[in-house]
Amino acid sequence: MLEFSILLPAILNGLTIGAIYALIALGLTLIYGVLHIINFAHGSLLMLALYGVFFLHSLFGIDPYLALPVAAVALFGIGYGLQRFIIGRASHGKDENILLVTLGLSVIIENLALYLWRSDTRTIETPYSFEVLDFGVAFIPVPKAVAFVGALLVAALLWLLMTRTDLGRAIRALARERQGARLVGINVEHIFAMSFGIGCACLGVAACLLLPSFYVSPQVGHAFVLVAFTVVVLGGMGSFVGALLGGLIIGVTESLGGLFLGESLGQLGIFLIFIIVLLFRPTGLLGQKA
Amino acid sequence: MRTPWVILIFALVLLPLPLLIRSEFWLTWLTLALFYAYLGQAWNLLGGYGGQFSFGHALFFGTGAYCTAVLQIQFGINAWAGFVLAAVAAGLVGAATGWLVFRYGLRGSYFALVTLAFAEVFRILANSFAFTGAGVGLLVPLKPGAWQMQFETKAGFFWLLLALVVACLLFTWWLQNARFGARLMAVRENEDAARALGVDPFNTKLLAIIASGAIAGTAGAVYVQLFLYVDPGIAYGPSMSVEALLVPIIGGLGTVFGPVLGAFALHAIAEIGRLVFGEAPGLNLVLYGVLLVLMVLFLPNGLFGLGRFGFGLQRRFKRGGTHA
Repeated sequence: MLEFSILLPAILNGLTIGAIYALIALGLTLIYGVLHIINFAHGSLLMLALYGVFFLHSLFGIDPYLALPVAAVALFGIGYGLQRFIIGRASHGKDENILLVTLGLSVIIENLALYLWRSDTRTIETPYSFEVLDFGVAFIPVPKAVAFVGALLVAALLWLLMTRTDLGRAIRALARERQGARLVGINVEHIFAMSFGIGCACLGVAACLLLPSFYVSPQVGHAFVLVAFTVVVLGGMGSFVGALLGGLIIGVTESLGGLFLGESLGQLGIFLIFIIVLLFRPTGLLGQKA
Repeated sequence: MRTPWVILIFALVLLPLPLLIRSEFWLTWLTLALFYAYLGQAWNLLGGYGGQFSFGHALFFGTGAYCTAVLQIQFGINAWAGFVLAAVAAGLVGAATGWLVFRYGLRGSYFALVTLAFAEVFRILANSFAFTGAGVGLLVPLKPGAWQMQFETKAGFFWLLLALVVACLLFTWWLQNARFGARLMAVRENEDAARALGVDPFNTKLLAIIASGAIAGTAGAVYVQLFLYVDPGIAYGPSMSVEALLVPIIGGLGTVFGPVLGAFALHAIAEIGRLVFGEAPGLNLVLYGVLLVLMVLFLPNGLFGLGRFGFGLQRRFKRGGTHA
């Protein structure tokens, strides 16, 4: 029988990792839900955001949490531009082309980072980096607790945006019926780019919440990209609540996998879940039948 | 039938090159271009003719590479036998993945992602087991001699790869005219329509992924003899998967000569890139990425599509850019 005192901290730790996964996957699920495309460059864009936040801190001494609006706006701009001028144009009406272009973009961004910043792993230190909250059974580092709450807030914000604003209504209309939306006067290219931009803005937020407790390196996106897809698939494509739930499940799986199988094999659980869910329940836990 | 003659001319032109070229550098360059043409042909079979875009062809390449290397190191099995067994092992992995993935109807982007996930699973496993050398990788003993598939000079590998590429070209040409090829292309164009016409998409795609995997596996077997080293990153990492798909996409998807054209073009560009940017890490891959994006943006039919470019432009104008 396993000690509860080992299991519980692992689960709590998994939940905080999962919140970060959820945060990254929220943007991806928005992009998938509307554009029906798989943004392969999602992990690389997160890496770019992490470097942005890192340099804001190391060069100008700006606290990651204060950098949040800057990072979100910058990533929104990058995402909007990418979709409007490159990805949208490359589709030629085929999903495979979008997949290839986003793959190309991820190769470019990742290797440019490798050239510019070498493969060094970098971290930052904030006054609260090593602060912990005592939950009695486990200690949770303050940055991880903040990230957990942040993920919930971003999910709520996205939900409000989608249900309470004109932009959200336009996005949902577009996701449902592309031609119809165009006929009622919705600027399809603009709304597509807005969705992509908002999806990327989530990455800016994620980077700010992630960096105080995490590292950045040119390959860091690689570690996140399949995880984020797993979360999106697990949660049900396009479902925000699903992404949140999926993220937490994956986080706990990874944490427990690491506990039982060791660091390197622990990751295996994520990919196995991904494959199994895709095979047996491609609509995810909360997804509707296509 | 023009194609067999072009294949014959291609073989005859390249055959004497090792005797004419004295530069070790250019011979290596040609050998590697042939290697990637071979790997690209494997991908083209499934991706180009079958329309199934795999993002994880390293899964097959790596399985073939590890299969020969482990058999050679642990059991002293001859490399040529290892070559055949690599084809069998990678073909079996192809059969297993294909059976799972196609049975449950994964198409398009999901197929791409799930192949990538399979390659990652294998990378993690190769990283953890002792018999694969874990993260350190495996060093294959040097035993020069054609009987060991290790050649004294680069010329030997050049001729071996040339023979493999030519065999693959002939196979692809045969495929294009065979019933099976017609079925495969029908599935690519419209799976539901193909089924309505009596084609079994599952069996067709399964055969294609087995053949594609087996060929990619033999590419792995040759790679191991050429470089005498393999580790999880080389075998199952994403860069081999990207090379495998880049080559036919640049050359022309679903064409016999596309991968050959793509491999030579890609490596010529990579070489020019190295001259311009120097040996800086990552920059040649940046070039690959830019090339991929530009290809999809402006030449979705690959270099082979250049001939049809005028026609394509015309069609695009007619559609009036209503696509999303």
